[in-house]
Amino acid sequence: MPQRYSLVSLLRHGLNRHTTWAPAWRSPQLKDRYDVIVIGAGGHGLATAYYLAKEHGVTNIAVLERGWLGGGNIARNTITIRSNYMRDASIPFYVKSVALYEAMTRELDFNTMHSKRGMIDVIQTWGMMRDRRRRQHIMDIHGATYEQLSVAELRHRVPALTGGGPEARLPVLGAFVHTDAAVNRHDAVAWAYARAIDAMGGAIHQQTPVTQLLRGRDGRIEGVETPRGTVRAPKVVIAVSGHTTSLTETLGLKLPLRSMNLTAFVSEPVRPLIDVIINCPDAGVYLSQTDKGELVIGGPPDPGQSYRRDIKQGVFEETVASMLSLFPAFKRLKLLRQWGGHLDIAPDASPIQDETEVPGLFVTAGWWGGYKAIPAGGLTLAHLVATGRPHPLMEPFSLRRFRHLDYQMETGTTTAR
Amino acid sequence: MLLITCPFCGPRNESEFVYGGPVKPPRPDPATRDDAEWTEWLTHVPNPVGPVEEQWWHARGCGTWLTIWRDTRSHDIVGAPHDGG
Repeated sequence: MPQRYSLVSLLRHGLNRHTTWAPAWRSPQLKDRYDVIVIGAGGHGLATAYYLAKEHGVTNIAVLERGWLGGGNIARNTITIRSNYMRDASIPFYVKSVALYEAMTRELDFNTMHSKRGMIDVIQTWGMMRDRRRRQHIMDIHGATYEQLSVAELRHRVPALTGGGPEARLPVLGAFVHTDAAVNRHDAVAWAYARAIDAMGGAIHQQTPVTQLLRGRDGRIEGVETPRGTVRAPKVVIAVSGHTTSLTETLGLKLPLRSMNLTAFVSEPVRPLIDVIINCPDAGVYLSQTDKGELVIGGPPDPGQSYRRDIKQGVFEETVASMLSLFPAFKRLKLLRQWGGHLDIAPDASPIQDETEVPGLFVTAGWWGGYKAIPAGGLTLAHLVATGRPHPLMEPFSLRRFRHLDYQMETGTTTAR
Repeated sequence: MLLITCPFCGPRNESEFVYGGPVKPPRPDPATRDDAEWTEWLTHVPNPVGPVEEQWWHARGCGTWLTIWRDTRSHDIVGAPHDGG
């Protein structure tokens, strides 16, 4: 067991000038054989390894990471945790994920700085209003909260929202509030999982890119090739958002995915101004304020497939213009930095989690806004890998749905408009 | 921002265009194909790390549709790959 983090341990190690803390996770030697290899130490890969060890007793696991822990898409998102989706199949999954996030700090003994601040969708067209009323009814059935606000209530709750008046091109018509929504600290999520995996006997190998998947004569997956040598396992999990097809194509395996670049940017820190997550689906912008005071602002993805990790000037200008149409005072904000993350998206904008046609090779992909799905995605994938049967929450999201044209068309993603 | 060459208007800013998706092979007749071929055409698109052929619509210009090859790593518009020979 790892050392417990507590006020007592803080005082005790503080007396020793903080020189006596054990490392939160180790860097063991890379073995040539494991029970399960997880490719990608992002949120989904780490959560899968965690639940494999915790729920199924599979501890001989290697998580292989091309870069460094917490450096991939888990650091390239807008840390929004919510369950206001559209489909009967989607909402229970995200409700579960939100609940697991809320319990994470206690469960993993690591402060994830979870802040359940709610999210407000600002509605500016009647088509969107109808969409959100429909979502409200479906969410009511599945236990996700969604309530309508009047324009007056919205402006009282978010005083900085001064645009979108009756004379505007898109006047604000109303809003919906999703009180379950939260933000937390993305690094803490990665570190907390890594520490828990390490404590249960799993190994995380950073700087270990997978260059090739290996298939045995019997057609089953056999292992992976890395610059540090060949690593074998009877089960391999691909959790490499955006680069899924690059890996599966090393075996000639095609998947219905397109890779996109979704970007965000951050302002200088300012005083507390907005205490909820604001999403403006008609204007095409969403934002929240961090504990440090920076505004984290996101917009639509780059048009077309992309493996770049920076923001396109046109997308940036469009997003800023959308934001200023509703928050004109933000014109004076300086913007500090921007980032992009590679996602892959299926034709129906829903995730894919399944064993592929290569026996023993599992894939978790198509996460559009996958940060919120990390704990539940790991829970369901660990169940599939360990038992061979899909978890009930993930059953509708198999690869089979494309063969049967049983799509799960999803519109609950913030920016896939 | 891309500088896209319209066959009628010459090089124009990307902001005049609307993205129209990657180019797919011609639609097969589902009655003459097996299910696997048909569903593959419906659900799969090329997803290369490198040049991809895609359609753009000169919506805020002359209104024509055109195709370009764009490198997904750099956004550079590149020439069509040679088709053998």
